Amino acid sequence: MTGYAPSREFVHRRRRGAELVLMLLALAVGIGAYAAVGLGVKGRVPADLVGYSGWLAALALGAHVVVRLTAPYADPVLLPVVTALNGLGLAVIYRIDLASRTSLSAKQLMWTTLGVALFAAVLLLLKDHRRLQAYTYTLGFAAVFLLLLPLVPGLGREINGARIWIGVGGFSFQPGEVAKVALVIAFAGYLVLHRDALALAGRRVVGIDFPRGRDLGPILAMWLVSLAVLVFQRDLGSSLLFFGLFLVMLYVATERPGWLIVGGALFGAGALVAYSLFPHVQSRVEGWLDPFGDTESFGQIVEGLYGMAYGGLVGRGLGQGEPWRIPFSYSDFIVAAVGEELGLTGMIALLLMFGLIVERALRTALICRDGFGKLVATGLGVVFALQVFVVVGGVTKLIPLTGLTTPFMSYGGSSMIANWVVIGLLLRISDQVRRPLPEARPLTADDATTVVRMR
Amino acid sequence: MNKPIRTMAVGCMVLFLALLLNASYLQFVSAGDLNDRNDNRRVRDAEFSRKRGEILVAGSKVAESVPSGDVYKYQRRYPQPFKYAHATGFFSYLYGASAVESNQNDVLSGSDSRLFVNRLVDTVSNTQPEGGSVSLTLDPRAQTAAFDGIQQLGSGTQAAVVAIEPATGRILALVSNPTYNPNLLASHEFEAVESDWKRLTSAADEPMFDRAIQGVYPPGSTFKLVTAAAALESGEYDPGTQVPGTATLDLPQTTKDLPNFSGSDCGGDTVTLTQALMVSCNVAFGALGMELGAGALENQAEKFGFGQRYLDGLGGQAVSVFPEDPDAPLTAYSAIGQYEVRASPLQMAQVVATIANRGLGMVPYLVDEVRAPDLSVLDKTSPEEMPQRAMSASAAGELTQMMVEVVDRGTAKTAQIPGIKVAGKTGTAQSAADRAPYAWFVSFAPADNPEVAVAVIVEDAGVDRNAISGSGLAAPIAKAVMEAVTGP
Repeated sequence: MTGYAPSREFVHRRRRGAELVLMLLALAVGIGAYAAVGLGVKGRVPADLVGYSGWLAALALGAHVVVRLTAPYADPVLLPVVTALNGLGLAVIYRIDLASRTSLSAKQLMWTTLGVALFAAVLLLLKDHRRLQAYTYTLGFAAVFLLLLPLVPGLGREINGARIWIGVGGFSFQPGEVAKVALVIAFAGYLVLHRDALALAGRRVVGIDFPRGRDLGPILAMWLVSLAVLVFQRDLGSSLLFFGLFLVMLYVATERPGWLIVGGALFGAGALVAYSLFPHVQSRVEGWLDPFGDTESFGQIVEGLYGMAYGGLVGRGLGQGEPWRIPFSYSDFIVAAVGEELGLTGMIALLLMFGLIVERALRTALICRDGFGKLVATGLGVVFALQVFVVVGGVTKLIPLTGLTTPFMSYGGSSMIANWVVIGLLLRISDQVRRPLPEARPLTADDATTVVRMR
Repeated sequence: MNKPIRTMAVGCMVLFLALLLNASYLQFVSAGDLNDRNDNRRVRDAEFSRKRGEILVAGSKVAESVPSGDVYKYQRRYPQPFKYAHATGFFSYLYGASAVESNQNDVLSGSDSRLFVNRLVDTVSNTQPEGGSVSLTLDPRAQTAAFDGIQQLGSGTQAAVVAIEPATGRILALVSNPTYNPNLLASHEFEAVESDWKRLTSAADEPMFDRAIQGVYPPGSTFKLVTAAAALESGEYDPGTQVPGTATLDLPQTTKDLPNFSGSDCGGDTVTLTQALMVSCNVAFGALGMELGAGALENQAEKFGFGQRYLDGLGGQAVSVFPEDPDAPLTAYSAIGQYEVRASPLQMAQVVATIANRGLGMVPYLVDEVRAPDLSVLDKTSPEEMPQRAMSASAAGELTQMMVEVVDRGTAKTAQIPGIKVAGKTGTAQSAADRAPYAWFVSFAPADNPEVAVAVIVEDAGVDRNAISGSGLAAPIAKAVMEAVTGP
């Protein structure tokens, strides 16, 4: 293991000033997009522009102040990027609102507020990410419980064929989004304890270390959970996400590519069986290979493709395309709406921003000094990357379409809250790893031998 | 654990790279194809709310966009809807476009690459892009003569006329009847459009079907021109060569005989080739066909354009065919334009235009000029020759002389124009026993310096079976078109 050992002289700067400047830019993106939507659709700026901007600015600057106070060494790029994405998402939802006479953007602003509040709560209440390791099993069971909730009769709701929602009162909620965060922490806690057993025992076949049969327990269990999500909740995307996440964390913890091969084989087998057994999986594949063969059934994909093609290189301009033609252009297909109105240029900018979040998460994982923190940061980064890949890839016809939300952009409270919590956790870890060490430590510091104070 | 994290970072980068490349492919490379798809409502919406270019015939508008005052801003209008329907086509929100409206859509809608600079200027000055205009080769006199000629037989007459300028290939008249009113389909009253569309597409007489270029029919005796051309081209025949002229032709391998249309002989046991064409002698041309062989006939037909799509500026051209490898008796039938020989009115017009142009066919075209919104000429079609010469100039001259005899003294006296030499050929083609024969007439004038070649088919005029003949029904229409073009 070649650890990333920062030289003793190198001290990360706080960079809070840089963050503030970037925050202002991000706000300009969000508010500018909001104003542009009004201009594009109605020819004048939205009547509530001042109030809206004030609210958004208060949220953004509030978040910045919380970071300044509680995590002064945290990564300065994450928060601005997320703010820009969130602001852009709000503007696009507002654009769809104007076309289809809904008021989702107001609700989404409320969810954003709640998300930022939870983000602040994470930073204020969680002083050290390693404390989360104590809740490994609690969070693990909570995650499984949350995942199974939609299957409870009377509570679960089936929307668009996927039973991944619960309804309480007038609200519907997607517990899987929250379960995702809990799972990352639970996996990290479990793996950091059991990585030796998983890593050391095994046999070597054609140059690759394969794990022992008895160590396959957890991976098989996770495989079954993923399959259950696929079969009972008919949610291809979440199933892929959870299993992929687990595999990657297992691989990172044990450093054995064999796990990827075993897991990949398991997933492939599961996918094949699912394909041959379930018509809805077959239909997804058909819609991917030839959506134009049946534009009645695959109208969403087709309209999405038309929208993005219509956008071309520079887009029609906010408010000047017809993204309301795409069903669910405010949630799953919001990326298509961006592609239509902001063009390939906007699309690339969007993907780069998502990529930046992943890059920052993995960078944090690299310089993190404790195994648990590494695994959590890697898990959060990878789950983010996988989610973006699955949903954007599905919308742009790179892979079969599966329903997943686009982080920070799609309309939906559960996703918004969960992703703000993810950013809170990443900033907490990042603050921890960039903070100068209290006293000089010997250079031999290696993550394998770091003493971690648990409480 | 850093090594696998780095590996994962590379993995994530690959995922994002795939997304970026795919998005670029989608929005840059394949965007054009997606935008061109018929059910893409975005593109149609945009085209609908834009000032679409005009379609012009001799300087006057046959299709224009006028401000509509509704959400689509412009309404497509066809000032002479019935006469020009099959040339202009329609432009409909619900059902797309047809004919020139469809074929020249890029120019008319303003999205043509030749209009790029205009679009750029429009973008900078923030005005809606406008479409360019398309001028057709049609001659309003010829078009009107053809249209009125058919209407005189009754407005329900199923007929088609194509007139071509032999020296250039310009299409001077393009009429198909029954016709329709494209204004109905261009309307923004979508419910009415829907019911009109249903009515027009389900009507038994197919008013939206362009018989002139999309229909193929047995050409009957007009095909004898192709057989005669093959004979003259073979070098073994000239207009004076004696050919069989009996009342019936004994066909090999079958007990059936091939009779003449009249039932009597053609003027003797043997007659000259000129005489055979003059009286449209089935026996003579049946025998000639067997003598020359199916291969020679097919070869000659292809030189005239059979088996090919060559029309420029209009889609949907039906391919005219000569049957594959007919046996001897069927070759005889094919030589007189029966059996499975099928030709579109456009194709027969092309045959006579080729003969008129001394054996050299010109590619027929309908779009003369394309202009930008500022009236600068973007493109002007220049006449083009067909891939191969159909006949030698001398053989074409001989055939022309024979066709003049047909009009002067033969079956086509109804097409005579005082003071002008007309070359022509009649045809009355049997199809099925239970349907009326097709009346054909093909001609060109003046014979010594041709200005116009015409093909007329009357498919069904609702007249008595015995009254159907090329000379009776079709020739007067052709005559009117020729007079319109050659007249003062």
